[in-house]
Amino acid sequence: MKKSIVSLKGVSFQYDTQERYALKNVSFDIYEGEWLAIVGHNGSGKSTMAKLLNGLQFPQEGDITIDHVVLTEETIWDVRRKVGMVFQNPDNQFVGTTVQDDVAFGLENNGVPREEMVHRVEDSLKRVKMDQFLYQEPHHLSGGQKQRVAIAGVLALRPSIIILDEATSMLDPRGREEVLETVRLLKQEKSLTVISITHDLDEAAKADRIIVMNQGEVFREGSPEEIFAMDEQLIQLGLDIPFSVKMSKAFRQNGMTLSKHYLTEEELVTELWTSHFSK
Amino acid sequence: MMEKMIFGRYVPADSTIHKMDPRSKLLIIFLFVCIIFFANNWITYVLIGFYTFYMLGMSKIPVRFLYGGLKPVIWLVLFTLVLQLFFTKQGDLLFKWGPLEIYEEGVRQGIFISLRFFFLILMTSLLTLTTSPIEITDGMETLLNPLKKVRFPVHEMALMMSISLRFIPTLMQETDKIMKAQIARGVEFDSGPIKERVKAVIPLLIPLFVSAFKRAEELAIAMEARGYRGGEGRTKYRQLSWRPVDTLQILLLVVLTVLLIILRS
Amino acid sequence: MDISLQQVEYRYQANTPFERLAIEDVSMDIPAGTYMALIGHTGSGKSTVLQHLNALLQPSKGTVKIGSHEIKSGQKNKHLKPVRQKVGIVFQFPEHQLFEETVEKDIIFGPMNFGVPETEAKKRARLALQQVGLAEEILAKSPFDLSGGQMRRVAIAGVLAMEPDVIVLDEPTAGLDPRGRKEIMDMFYELHKERKLSTILVTHSMEDAARYADQIVIMQQGRVAKKGTPEEIFSSPDELVQMGLDVPEVVRFQLKLEKQTGIKLDKIYLTIEELSSKVAEVLSRGVRS
Repeated sequence: MKKSIVSLKGVSFQYDTQERYALKNVSFDIYEGEWLAIVGHNGSGKSTMAKLLNGLQFPQEGDITIDHVVLTEETIWDVRRKVGMVFQNPDNQFVGTTVQDDVAFGLENNGVPREEMVHRVEDSLKRVKMDQFLYQEPHHLSGGQKQRVAIAGVLALRPSIIILDEATSMLDPRGREEVLETVRLLKQEKSLTVISITHDLDEAAKADRIIVMNQGEVFREGSPEEIFAMDEQLIQLGLDIPFSVKMSKAFRQNGMTLSKHYLTEEELVTELWTSHFSK
Repeated sequence: MMEKMIFGRYVPADSTIHKMDPRSKLLIIFLFVCIIFFANNWITYVLIGFYTFYMLGMSKIPVRFLYGGLKPVIWLVLFTLVLQLFFTKQGDLLFKWGPLEIYEEGVRQGIFISLRFFFLILMTSLLTLTTSPIEITDGMETLLNPLKKVRFPVHEMALMMSISLRFIPTLMQETDKIMKAQIARGVEFDSGPIKERVKAVIPLLIPLFVSAFKRAEELAIAMEARGYRGGEGRTKYRQLSWRPVDTLQILLLVVLTVLLIILRS
Repeated sequence: MDISLQQVEYRYQANTPFERLAIEDVSMDIPAGTYMALIGHTGSGKSTVLQHLNALLQPSKGTVKIGSHEIKSGQKNKHLKPVRQKVGIVFQFPEHQLFEETVEKDIIFGPMNFGVPETEAKKRARLALQQVGLAEEILAKSPFDLSGGQMRRVAIAGVLAMEPDVIVLDEPTAGLDPRGRKEIMDMFYELHKERKLSTILVTHSMEDAARYADQIVIMQQGRVAKKGTPEEIFSSPDELVQMGLDVPEVVRFQLKLEKQTGIKLDKIYLTIEELSSKVAEVLSRGVRS
């Protein structure tokens, strides 16, 4: 059964420097073990969401509950042990002088004993396939590699929730693939809840569920299939439609009928083959 | 582009000195700088010389890297030498040419002081050539730890140093990028009148500063998100290990000290 | 203004133990008014080639011809400043180069460095701002008070105000959301068409290369691996895949469809519209094609 692990109720937030509300009366639940993508154009409130979920800012109104603990100034340090965050800029979250030092940073902060640290550093780096890079310095690493190290740093603390705050938007296609593949495999191994804040459609397509933000409010919520069926509306919201949806739309415009609105490329090819070509 | 090991001048090699604990190296350098002033005759300087060259030999550092440390100071040394030669008027008069007089003591003092500079530079270079900047930071942090009792921010300083070290290559890469972008907009960094060249620094410095502040902010947020709340309750991943060779080297220096005290005039 | 590279080689830190051969035997012609896409992995030599286009780097072998300027290896090439005005480069994350107190001052910085008088430069600034789709009120604001997307456009305006004959774009959409990406790429394409501005796009996006470029050059390990029109280049998708590169989504889809159905279309299609209408046509004519 779906168990709610993060819950937002009536959350509103305003930056002191701005007049408009970055988030207006937002409420939703995030379920244990799911991969949720929060998408929206720049300024839709999605990045603000990330800050609130980690206690880096507090809402003016409403509550955020993480794993049954209400997020307040007193509870942030406990919450931060359960929630790991990977930020957008690969350089500006890399603290250590080398890869292993950086992964150890979070462990040091939490007073983990040294033997345990050594074990966890090695283990997390193996899981992101960066174990050959223990002694490397960050300026010798690519963006994708740095982000994988950041993920390892988060994993070492054994959180139950991991938030990717636009973690792939500064990466090249290869880097993006590396990071998303790493996250996908991690989710398979462990029951990890992944919250992906992004404007990248391919990233969102990998999620179990998508929440579309617009102008500080939750616009829609649903499975990738349901959301991508929104079609033109997505473009108006400043987003894009996945290629396969564009392709199926074009086929329809050319008079072909298709069973579903949202199909992966593979599904689309198969449907064309079975219902159109093999007659 | 800036992958040269110019910062800290650390040259990796497989030597005893390289493998020593940075704490012992720091202590040795510190002590050496103090005891070198005990030397005041030929035999004491020869002893210091032997020690210095012995240590340099043990470090397996190629000579050309040592030269790099001496080059900037050569003029200072020559200047001091000249001062001593012409202004120390003691002992026998060796040479006279008009108002210029060179005395025996002047030559002696000149040579001694130059040698002192020479050995000091070589030994301190030894520290930076055989110890990576992060090791030096670790060593200093551990040595200064007792000062925590008097509220000296040892941990904070060490963290500031290690973060700065980590960002130096990154900032250098960024400087390169900004320079290129501004050159593409018509800025000339290496030609034109002095006044123009000084002004040219502004489109380089301001973006760097702005970006550095942004980095600092984002880094602080990331550190907080990873549970950083100051030095309380932190454990340490990097470990230093004091080995017998460290004790031996310290003892060697102590022996040298004793000899210097006995043999000085 | 034509640009050509003839057997250009470049070594970083030549004659030191850190010498590194970045590009070798690179030749390419970029006639005036072309839109060229330069593709390759990180480390393929793309950015080295890019920096030769405005004489930021001078070749260690070979010649670079930029209009009437000829930059030969081994020569001391002076008076490179005029070249920089003619070939404008928009670097990755160009917003990092902003530094002036106001947007206007930053935009006129480039032109004034090249001798354009202030009043003329201000006129150009107004025009450039329009071209990048920003409102005139922004001129008086500090660039640091703007959003990231706006800052980027200001930086681009600063390069456009120099009125170059050639514009080089190094991944201009890096870090932008889908809307931002579309707006920027369309904007440059408009400028290219309107002003016949030679445009050189360094990109990872095969879709952008297919959509906008007349010519594509693929760099690999410091050498030119392939050159040609988008049709030519993407017609050998296996080669590209072998090089570890991607093909545009449309092409990838066409290949998947052909593989699954066993039916090969007459040529490689580069746009969704063309492919879908071709497939529909094939189906209506019956499966035999």
